[in-house]
Amino acid sequence: MANETSTQVQETPQATHISKEDPKAVHPLGEPMIQLENVNKWYGDFHVLKNINLEVRKGEIVVVAGPSGSGKSTMIRCINRLEEYQEGSIKVKGIEVNNDVKNLKKVRANVAMVFQHFNLFPHLTILENLTLAPVWVYKKPKKEAIETAMHYLEKVNIADQANKYPNQLSGGQQQRVAIARALCKSPDIMLFDEPTSALDPEMIGEVLDVMVKLAEEGKTMITVTHEMGFARKVADRVIFMDAGQIVEENDPETFFHHPESERLQLFLKQILNH
Amino acid sequence: MAVYPPQPAKEPPLTARGPIAWIRHNLLSSPYNIAFTILGLAILYWTVPPFIKWAIIDAHFAGDSKSACTGGGACWVFIKEKLDMFLFGFYPHDQLWRPKSVFAAVLALGAFAKFVPGLHRLKLTLIVLFPVFAYLMLHGGHFGLPLVETSKWGGLLLTLVIASVGIVLSFPIGILLALGRQSKLPIIKSLSVFYIEFVRGVPLITVLFMASVVLPLFFPEGVNFDKLARALIGITFFEAAYVAENIRSGFQAIPKGQYEAADALGLGYWQKMALVILPQAIKVTIPNLVGTFISLFKDTSLVMIIGLFDLLAMVNVTANDRDWLGMDTEGYVFVAFIFWIFTFSMSMYSKRLEKRLDTNNK
Ligand SMILES: Nc1ncnc2c1ncn2[C@@H]1O[C@H](COP(=O)(O)OP(=O)(O)OP(=O)(O)O)[C@@H](O)[C@H]1O
Ligand SMILES: [Mg+2]
Repeated sequence: MANETSTQVQETPQATHISKEDPKAVHPLGEPMIQLENVNKWYGDFHVLKNINLEVRKGEIVVVAGPSGSGKSTMIRCINRLEEYQEGSIKVKGIEVNNDVKNLKKVRANVAMVFQHFNLFPHLTILENLTLAPVWVYKKPKKEAIETAMHYLEKVNIADQANKYPNQLSGGQQQRVAIARALCKSPDIMLFDEPTSALDPEMIGEVLDVMVKLAEEGKTMITVTHEMGFARKVADRVIFMDAGQIVEENDPETFFHHPESERLQLFLKQILNH
Repeated sequence: MAVYPPQPAKEPPLTARGPIAWIRHNLLSSPYNIAFTILGLAILYWTVPPFIKWAIIDAHFAGDSKSACTGGGACWVFIKEKLDMFLFGFYPHDQLWRPKSVFAAVLALGAFAKFVPGLHRLKLTLIVLFPVFAYLMLHGGHFGLPLVETSKWGGLLLTLVIASVGIVLSFPIGILLALGRQSKLPIIKSLSVFYIEFVRGVPLITVLFMASVVLPLFFPEGVNFDKLARALIGITFFEAAYVAENIRSGFQAIPKGQYEAADALGLGYWQKMALVILPQAIKVTIPNLVGTFISLFKDTSLVMIIGLFDLLAMVNVTANDRDWLGMDTEGYVFVAFIFWIFTFSMSMYSKRLEKRLDTNNK
């Protein structure tokens, strides 16, 4: 896929040059897709999200990093309302994420999520995992749903496993299936919650490759990860969270090489020493 | 340093495999084990040969009256002569072709569903229509079939009717109760909890009495509410509480991530439950469910208490026949055997089903 696009673009030498240096130049950032304004959330008395403000535009790739327990998962899970928040507002493509069932439906149709532990449905084949939501929720004809599913399975290089069950696949394969499943409803926004941290080291690469491919195609993405290579390669912005707060927000270059806050400096030192 | 060549796999030594090793390991591994082995053999020696002698070697199979049975062996002539009673109770003799054809239809339907591939629509339709067919056939009163009151149904027929209706109806009700117990709405949740805990705290006999005495109070005077229907309602609602608890234990085996993935994909509550959660919950709970259904099958014999004559009750009825006095033993052994055949096949079937549904390590 990536090769195809680059050969197409090669016809205009200037564009090739730009796309190699900065894929974003081909997909300029568009209208705001996700807006968090003064979001606060508590678990009982525990203030888990403190005044979160974040805007993500169309085509933007945002990477979120931070120590364990800092609220990264909680924040992105508020965006598709796997978690509720108590104060502030979250909008997805201008739709308020709140108790309204209609809004929730629209939001979930637009936002897809990939989990740390894949969460494939073990009683269904790979293909059935992919067609479940399109057929039942989005009322696609079965044939069309299968075609779409096979398209995305090919995209993540796993079409030959379509009729197997999830537990017959390796972790890396399962996570690629999970990504394909998320893509099947053609979401505008992808949320990744530590998609590679449950994987054996030799499988991380295959999953990151798929994610890079998506990033280069201009998908809007928020990714919680500690894969700094990935962040450097595709992120427009990197966000550092600590103790329920966004502490620092910068372009990857500054974030990694000239961190401003002390907490981020400490954090980077810790993860780089590993 | 050194490099080691790959080693070919060898067979284990003879002492570790074969029947002798098996006996040594499983029967004679320690003094206790040896003692239990001897005890077990002794029990088998004292019980099995005498039973075989009674039930087969000395038994009487030929003849048509009690006088054919002389000496000590079992008198299977009794079972042979009373077979229709054991199978169908007091169902009128000239109408016996009706329950027989229902039995035959069950077998035919089962064979069709198992051996003919595909045709799922047709199979489903037939299965859904079957109870209607069975009811019309057995009860009659339409299409020129003479009416046979349910009070005349009995024996294995009645046992199977009660057990299958109980199983089929308690299943969906149990699922709803289990969902209710998980519900976020406090009223639905506490109602379900109260119902489940109440029913589980009460013996089936009580439920049957209540169904037979209390239920009619809810109906206007003069409405004669069928005794069998009352028993069926009682048993169904009793069983539903147990099914609900089984399924709840299944829910607990489902990781939170499954709910979240379903939510994130946009599935609504009922879609999530029906397509993602329940199939997995039911799958892990099949052994328990079948256990529940097996005990329901055996518990059907309690309907005797409210005056229905199931398979077990037929032993009393037939052995009280003046011509066959004292045949209780044969009756009970025969009935036990029938019960065993059904419960054993159920548990075999559940094993097969479990294997077939196991997608975890295919
Ligand atoms: N359901 C819950 N009830 C109470 N506290 C919770 C709950 N879920 C999370 N927390 C707490 O909220 C805090 C933030 O959790 P969160 O999962 O968002 O952290 P995280 O940044 O994603 O960490 P990790 O890197 O370990 O995934 C943690 O301290 C956690 O213990
Ligand atoms: Mg997390």
